[in-house]
Amino acid sequence: MPRYLAGRFAQALAVLWAAYTVAFVILHILPSDPITLQLSASGADINTLTPAQIHTLKARYGLDDPIVSQYLHHLWDALHGKLGMSLTQNVSVGSLIGDKLPATLLLTAVALPITLVLGFGTALLATYVQWRPARVLLARLPTVGVSLPQFFVGLLLIQVFAFSLSWLPATGHQSGTGIILPAVTMALPGSAMLAQLLTRSLSDTWSEPYITTARAKGLTRAAVQLRHALRNASLPALTLLGVVVGYTVTNSVVVEAVFSRSGIGALTQQAVLGQDVPLVQAIVLVASVLFVGVNLIVDLLYSLLDPRVATAARLA
Amino acid sequence: MPDNRVSANVVSADAVSADRPDSSSLPGGPAVADLVPAGTRPPEPRRPATRATPAPVGHDPLDDGPVVDGRGPAGDGLAADDVWEVGPRAAWRRRRKVAVATVGPLLRRPGFVLAVLFVAFVIVSGLAPSWFTSYAPSATSPTDKLRGPSTSHLFGTDELGRDLFSRMLHGSTLTIKATGGAVLTAAVVGLALGVVAGFAGGWVDGLLMRLVDTLMAIPILLMALTIVTALGFGLVPMAIAVSVGIAPAFARTTRAEVLRVREAAFVEAARTGGASWGRVLLRHVLPNSWGPVAVLVVLDFGTAVLLISSLSFLGFGTPPPAAEWGTLISNGRNYLVTSPWLSLLPGLFVGLVVFSLNHIARTLEETQR
Repeated sequence: MPRYLAGRFAQALAVLWAAYTVAFVILHILPSDPITLQLSASGADINTLTPAQIHTLKARYGLDDPIVSQYLHHLWDALHGKLGMSLTQNVSVGSLIGDKLPATLLLTAVALPITLVLGFGTALLATYVQWRPARVLLARLPTVGVSLPQFFVGLLLIQVFAFSLSWLPATGHQSGTGIILPAVTMALPGSAMLAQLLTRSLSDTWSEPYITTARAKGLTRAAVQLRHALRNASLPALTLLGVVVGYTVTNSVVVEAVFSRSGIGALTQQAVLGQDVPLVQAIVLVASVLFVGVNLIVDLLYSLLDPRVATAARLA
Repeated sequence: MPDNRVSANVVSADAVSADRPDSSSLPGGPAVADLVPAGTRPPEPRRPATRATPAPVGHDPLDDGPVVDGRGPAGDGLAADDVWEVGPRAAWRRRRKVAVATVGPLLRRPGFVLAVLFVAFVIVSGLAPSWFTSYAPSATSPTDKLRGPSTSHLFGTDELGRDLFSRMLHGSTLTIKATGGAVLTAAVVGLALGVVAGFAGGWVDGLLMRLVDTLMAIPILLMALTIVTALGFGLVPMAIAVSVGIAPAFARTTRAEVLRVREAAFVEAARTGGASWGRVLLRHVLPNSWGPVAVLVVLDFGTAVLLISSLSFLGFGTPPPAAEWGTLISNGRNYLVTSPWLSLLPGLFVGLVVFSLNHIARTLEETQR
């Protein structure tokens, strides 16, 4: 077990490093450099500056060093928690992200139970209901959920629940109910994937011998499903929940744009619109830390819930 | 010992699943295995035993001459006599029979036919918008502004009186270009990488697969946003961004399929018969590996449509007056209270396109099983 833990930890660190490096390569080696990008985004032309001015700017952001030393420098700083200065907003990237992250994490925290209820509910119904049309409909429902663009779902929810029915506010942070619609929007794709996965693993489990035994003992379908099938079928769902939480940053980009909320997703949109290279680089790092961290936790939970996982890893 | 048996089973199931992350999880949408990078994915402990045994290889009677046991692949509708016939005419007849046998069951599924028809309509109307609408996409008509959907304006009109349906169809042109470019590039690059990795093995395989793992560790949308930051806004950067995002999955699936087929008896037979590796690759391996890859192509068209419309919704698309689907939806948001159709109808349209593509992919996957 300790060897398994150490291995998983090293793997997680390697993934983090690789994600940081890939983002660095994309942002720094592709044709344009950050200064040109930033100037063009703010409407200025690089040609209007004198070479001396450009040089001063580059020196200020450390862009006149060779690319490899820049990379090592940035990596060293990132390791020490220093993520640099934003090019568009004269604040350190770290404090920007620190300001915005809690709102988005709260959104994820509200979205997670909704994901669970919708996902498990749909899957359990889809495998329990025996009336064929309903069964087919429930089985197809997740595909619909996966296919609908998040911005469409968000706008539809606003239109129905905020404007037509006036039950919930469309935007805003002030009232507690303002978080419901964005959270549902955020939860929908994840719950659709969860339902797909669970429906499949539930119907796989349904053909296992121990299910036949349980049925032969005289247990009802519902009891077998809840007590025997669901327990074993829901283990893979843990991985998916890890993905849902790990993708917080990416999921929030569209949702926060639709509901005009502030948070890490809205910050990402601003960073890309302003072509703010240090900010984008830092957001990629934060997103991967979140993703890798959550997946590490999920893996460890897995090996606790099912010791065979660690054993299998050692054997393989 | 039951315990030993279980763990051995887990190991073998995991070894298979590590090589085939996608074929077992394509339920019609971004599947879990696609989202979780292989490095961070825990081995799934409980898999039905059937997963551990490799799927039966679809032996292709067309390329390998007479099949030894006289039996075609399951469900292709070939009688043993047909397979034994030789000559170009018989080969042609067999080909037609296989085609009918493949397409026939698909035509009996109304949902599949509807989805194909809808996607075909979107493609044709995107390539030739003037066949379906008489309005110019930028022709303003101040007297007709913000009209609701009607027979003369199917999707209503926007704040300048422009016909939304016409703008949607002209937006399709842009979307089709971007998704088509992105998916085809990703498919070609991914296919090439996968074939090279699967065939070369050794350190080449190791290096390529580590690269693929790394790329898959970054969420697709985040990767796309990073690339858009570096390249600027517009159709081409979006297409490049999406194609980099989806290529790794192609490489992985292709590699897994190549590995599966490479060990098959008929490949060995062809090699023994003196065929070069190049010929074996083109005539035997690729025709037998393209099934799951084709499903992935259709599925990725859906992913690409979603991504590109999300990116243009966020404002990274082509500059106005040209408007991509996402841009139209984003513009319509300003009139959500008074004229909800301006963003909801285009949104529904995009949703239908993605759903149709996912449904097609799912049906194709089901018939392949």
